[in-house]
Amino acid sequence: MTATLDTADTPSIDLTTNPSRRRKDTAARWFFRLGALTTMVVTLLIIVTLLADAWEFLSKHADTDDGLGALTEIGWFPRRGLYDISTLVVGTLIVTGIAMLVAVPLGLGAAVYLAEYARPKVRRIIKPIVEVLAGIPSVVLGYFAIAVINPELVVRVFSSANRAFTLAAAGIGVGILTIPIIASVAEDALRAVPLSLREASYGLGAERLQTTFRVVFPGAISGIVAALILGVSRAIGETMVVAIAAGAVGGGLFRLTPLEPGQTTTAAMAALGFGSDQVAGDNLAFQSLYFVGLLLFFMTLLLNVLSDWLVNRLREVY
Amino acid sequence: MALTTPSSMGGATARSVTEGLTRKGLDVRSKVVETVLILMLTLSLLVLMVLIVDLFIRSWPVWTSRAGDFLTTNLNSQNAAEAGIGQAIRGTLILCVVVAVVAFPIGIACAVYLEEYSSTSLFARLIRVNVRNLAGVPSIVYGLLGLAIFVKALDNWNGGRNVFAGGLALSALVLPIVVITTSEALRAVPRSIREGALGVGATPWETIRSHVLPSAAPGILTGTVLSLARAAGEAAPILLVGAATGLLRTGSQSLVEQLQGPFTALPVVIFSYARQPGDEFRELTAAASLVLLVMVLIMNGVAIWLRNRYEKKW
Amino acid sequence: MGQVEDTRVANMTDHEVHLEATAQHRSVAAGGTDADRAVVFETRDLEVFYGDFRAVRDVSLDIVEHEITAFIGPSGCGKTTVLRCFDRMNDLIESARVEGTILYHGVDLYGSNVDAVEVRRRIGMVFQKPNPFPKSIYDNLAFGPKLGGVKKKSELDDIVESSLRASALWDEVKDRLKSSALGLSGGQQQRLCIARCVAVKPDVILMDEPCSALDPIATARIEELMQELAKEYTIVIVTHNMQQAARVSDRTAFFTTDVNEESDRRTGVLVEFNSTSKMFSNPDDSRTEQYVTGRFG
Repeated sequence: MTATLDTADTPSIDLTTNPSRRRKDTAARWFFRLGALTTMVVTLLIIVTLLADAWEFLSKHADTDDGLGALTEIGWFPRRGLYDISTLVVGTLIVTGIAMLVAVPLGLGAAVYLAEYARPKVRRIIKPIVEVLAGIPSVVLGYFAIAVINPELVVRVFSSANRAFTLAAAGIGVGILTIPIIASVAEDALRAVPLSLREASYGLGAERLQTTFRVVFPGAISGIVAALILGVSRAIGETMVVAIAAGAVGGGLFRLTPLEPGQTTTAAMAALGFGSDQVAGDNLAFQSLYFVGLLLFFMTLLLNVLSDWLVNRLREVY
Repeated sequence: MALTTPSSMGGATARSVTEGLTRKGLDVRSKVVETVLILMLTLSLLVLMVLIVDLFIRSWPVWTSRAGDFLTTNLNSQNAAEAGIGQAIRGTLILCVVVAVVAFPIGIACAVYLEEYSSTSLFARLIRVNVRNLAGVPSIVYGLLGLAIFVKALDNWNGGRNVFAGGLALSALVLPIVVITTSEALRAVPRSIREGALGVGATPWETIRSHVLPSAAPGILTGTVLSLARAAGEAAPILLVGAATGLLRTGSQSLVEQLQGPFTALPVVIFSYARQPGDEFRELTAAASLVLLVMVLIMNGVAIWLRNRYEKKW
Repeated sequence: MGQVEDTRVANMTDHEVHLEATAQHRSVAAGGTDADRAVVFETRDLEVFYGDFRAVRDVSLDIVEHEITAFIGPSGCGKTTVLRCFDRMNDLIESARVEGTILYHGVDLYGSNVDAVEVRRRIGMVFQKPNPFPKSIYDNLAFGPKLGGVKKKSELDDIVESSLRASALWDEVKDRLKSSALGLSGGQQQRLCIARCVAVKPDVILMDEPCSALDPIATARIEELMQELAKEYTIVIVTHNMQQAARVSDRTAFFTTDVNEESDRRTGVLVEFNSTSKMFSNPDDSRTEQYVTGRFG
């Protein structure tokens, strides 16, 4: 059958979209674009507000008598004009350190067991339970720290510890919150190591122990480091457990011992923002809040970027 | 250098081979390591159990003596006998509604844009990195954001310390979670479905509306429920925004007045009661914690159930 | 049946001539007739099950030391499954079950007292896709000996060098032993895996389609390597490539699948086991002849 094209009679083919459908499509596209933009706006707002007030704090502080020297006094007592950042930093380090002491062995141990040793049935039951641990609200864990961990654990072991509030109890509480993150990311990293490597190891006559620790673990190392970094980031940013269990509302002395009450950067911010240090408006204490917040934001940002980069490196290798 | 092998040593006899192959005693090292690992896992789970048991035991007096009263009366950090979590529960529910209304549409829209429209452009990559970073920002920073922006913006109502400011701060916190989980749900929808719709002449929006979103709906639902659970459990952001921790009298106010006025929520009340001295307040703290924990666990459970129920095998 | 042999000889390449010469040299060097050489594996009525599914049945054959034995046959007929029985790698699969007997130097390989780890130290395996560890070349080779307790650096250095020489890789990598093994080409990686195997001084080397992921030149080098290795070790190789089996092996086992009409499941079965020259010139079974002359498979 031959087809002839009679250009005089055939109507021109219209390949453009129906205008009303096109309008709806464009409108929808803009709606979604707006959603994406909003997330950028949130970040910008955070950075701007933190920077603006932090800058004001720093510049106003430079005008006072001691200048920036007041940033390193005997302690953090914002209402009295004492802004010893190092008190807060030391407090954060102690709490984070204790938290990692708890979370790293338990989290990595759980990850190695689930990835290398557990049978599928066991895994299916245990994994959700570990995820439940991740869902516990931090205030509840704060209560647990002050009501159970401190009296039953810390004070029992260290009789010189403060009976009511210790950084140690807070640290253990934060550690419990951090276990699921480390366990989950580390387990994913271990499972990403391909089966062929394990077979090669077994084929050479290795036992499970040797295969796990000499082949699989090193093979997943960047993912495991990423898990640890995420854990640190979480521990640094935790507020409520410390606010409840470490006790130093109103201020904290510069201290190196975890067996006494103390203060961290995050809990200091919480204390400034409500209740006992309730401040509003333009005074210095309020702005110190933003300065501390800025430090915190960039610290955790750095850690999270690092951990992302490490996970991507792991993906590239395999 | 010639390697010596068993066979080159003049032929292996059955006996020497048996000796070589026989298990040399129980593999002690492996068993020890395995036991240690199981111990660590058990310890983690044990903590959960101890927590739940302690909450039950310590809050028991509250439930037996004034359960209904406790669940309905007001926040009161002075008098343990009159303190309750009624307002707190209501506040948490309202906060959840605000989060749902604000964060879900924005988060889902962002995810749809990232996955369906221009997933490889520089803009999209920037957004993705940005969202992932936001997910790792400590919750208290969102409180600062709330204090600086939302409180000032809603200054007319109770000086900005109202439930909407709190809800907005929580929405910002939860936004990255919604975006990430929705993205994953969308990615799980096979390309063939989209190509099928586009192939018959549908516009991108029509494809999304009638094919992609319905397919991904269960996954998206799971993500939103998880983020609600997260929002319900957070205290730091709303504390900074000005949730009431001492006393909250709302008896004679209308609903509208209540919404514009001071507010509180369960995590805040737990925080408040936890700081009061005395055994009665300890019991109240435990009781409130139990309520919050149950709420959050139920929400997480629903999310997981949804995920399992609707997990399609393509 | 003689025409099969004639065609084969006429089509031989230089590489194949070289291989055949080495094979003859090897059998002369090892001394004596077939009857003098020890049997390494004796398999009687071997069957392997995955759960309820019988993957392979009726496998009875003998692997003789210092020979290269090839398993050939179409896909899915159980060649790899049987191979993996020899070093108890199937133990790693939960649902796998082995019935029948495998005797290793007269000892029941699946006896209750036998430690699978010790088995694998004596019987090494090279896999289809090269799988070097993401470590340096040196560490890849040192891994096995270290497991066996070798600690002194000088000893490890010696082992690394001799293994690399044995797999004809030494000259290519001797200046970069500390660099990552993943930077080697596919053929080099496979020779590394062979060296890694050799480093633990095994008795037997099992090879599961070792050349299927490699180009022809790399394949030729590995085939020559196999001939050299057979002077020290016993080699069993699974291969899809019939010509390869004809080139390198001394004995060949031909497998095929048997469709069970009721369940429509395919079970592998050993059809014939003979010396390679007989297999490819005058096979006993007609199915073997069909496969070998290319009428199917």
